[in-house]
Amino acid sequence: MKNVKDLSKVELNKEVKVKKINCNGNIKRRILELGMIEGTKIKPVLKSPLGDPTAYEVRGSIISLREEDSKNIEIV
Amino acid sequence: MGLMATSTGSKLLQDDIEEIKQKCDYTIAIAGNPNVGKSTVFNALTGMKQHTGNWPGKTVENTSGICEYKNKKILLVDIPGTYSIMSNSEEEEIARDYICFGNPDATIVIVDATCLERNLNLVYQVMEITKNIVVCVNLLDEAKKKGIKIDLEKLEQKLGVPVVGTIARKKKTLNKLMEKVYDVSSKSIEYIPKYINYIPIIEDSIKIISSKVKNLLPVEKQYLSRWISLKLIDREEKILNSIEKKLDIKILENEEIKNKLIELEELLNKNDINKENIRDTIVSSIIFEAESICKEIIEYENIRYQQKNRKIDKILTSKIWGIPIMILFLGVILWLTIIGANYPSSLLSQFFGWLQDKIVFVFEHFNSPIWLKGILIDGVYCTLTWVISVMLPPMAIFFPMFTLLEDLGYLPRIAFNLDKYFKKACSSRKTSINYVYGTWL
Repeated sequence: MKNVKDLSKVELNKEVKVKKINCNGNIKRRILELGMIEGTKIKPVLKSPLGDPTAYEVRGSIISLREEDSKNIEIV
Repeated sequence: MGLMATSTGSKLLQDDIEEIKQKCDYTIAIAGNPNVGKSTVFNALTGMKQHTGNWPGKTVENTSGICEYKNKKILLVDIPGTYSIMSNSEEEEIARDYICFGNPDATIVIVDATCLERNLNLVYQVMEITKNIVVCVNLLDEAKKKGIKIDLEKLEQKLGVPVVGTIARKKKTLNKLMEKVYDVSSKSIEYIPKYINYIPIIEDSIKIISSKVKNLLPVEKQYLSRWISLKLIDREEKILNSIEKKLDIKILENEEIKNKLIELEELLNKNDINKENIRDTIVSSIIFEAESICKEIIEYENIRYQQKNRKIDKILTSKIWGIPIMILFLGVILWLTIIGANYPSSLLSQFFGWLQDKIVFVFEHFNSPIWLKGILIDGVYCTLTWVISVMLPPMAIFFPMFTLLEDLGYLPRIAFNLDKYFKKACSSRKTSINYVYGTWL
């Protein structure tokens, strides 16, 4: 069985696809509204000097997410 | 008379806005995502004729201003910048309520040409709650610099509402915007917004409910039936409660609607749509639509520009250089502010001292009593000029410098670098996720 992979563990500059968003409420809504839905391509491009947050390229925008949020995003 | 709610609180302001509104021919709401140059457009249109306050009962600031076009007085109301109007944050609630129930004659939605796709989300949401909308594609100059080409005419066709491209610095483009706004508010041209087509099962549900909802709504608000139905299916109780309150109707307690909703719930469940995933389905539809439109109307050239910027970003946020560069930048600004301000400060105080001698001379010439001279010169004049000569130069240096950093887009990078510290200081998580910084950096 394959392990569930989440966005926080993807290495820089490797493009992946969003599979599922495992959180609720306003955070989930915001993530959806920023265009991260099932099948969206997403690529980590920058890491903060302290290692968190990470900036991701999504649909032509750069969006920064904290690890606590990105680990809730399942990817393939 | 004591300080009563009516004389101090929200009531006062509400009357205030209403009063200005009475004097104007049209009222226009200006909405948009944060950081799309909304205030630049607003300032350019209204100039100095602005009026600030708070939204009734809220801590969020409210700015309105008057602009004249074709001899009509037009009141522009700046609505808080939001990515969406679906949630229940204070800003989004204000935006939603004003567009929906504040009865503006038109709503301008300002979008960022450099990340149109993300901005269209808000456009579609606003289209659901008002028919009178003008889409203003701002920052066209930025987009051009970044090699992004947008077919505005095609966008207009796709959305079914007027679309204007603007560069806030260029008056000509703003005139075009006002022309469309005028057309929409005076109803000289009728536009039919093209709504999002949700998946068939949701569309069917909307159709079933909306016929019932329509009967409850006053005639001028009947176009809201589609939106209210969607909220009923989505069970957005908070939004529905506020709709009931504003329109003074009862939707949730209506027996007919209640029964239909129970029926629909079963139907939706059968189609694998439940409480958890219905919102995803709705948001996804909007995003897919925006995606497909943008594929047709946007052309990207000049990829190298973006690569260059990415390289600069790498240095600005790198492990080794990120924080030192930031400290250097802020240090230089502080140094310039503190040391640099000394020179104009001393010049100013010299000038005021020279002026004081002249004024004292005038006072003595008229033999003014000592107490008058004491109050006016030693009291008022000296205090005032002291404050000006000490405070003005640092402010006149610091704020423009900070604005420069902001315009360069450096502030979001600072936020990005420091987020972990902010988190340790328990600042809200909104701070991090809100620092969505620009497009194609």
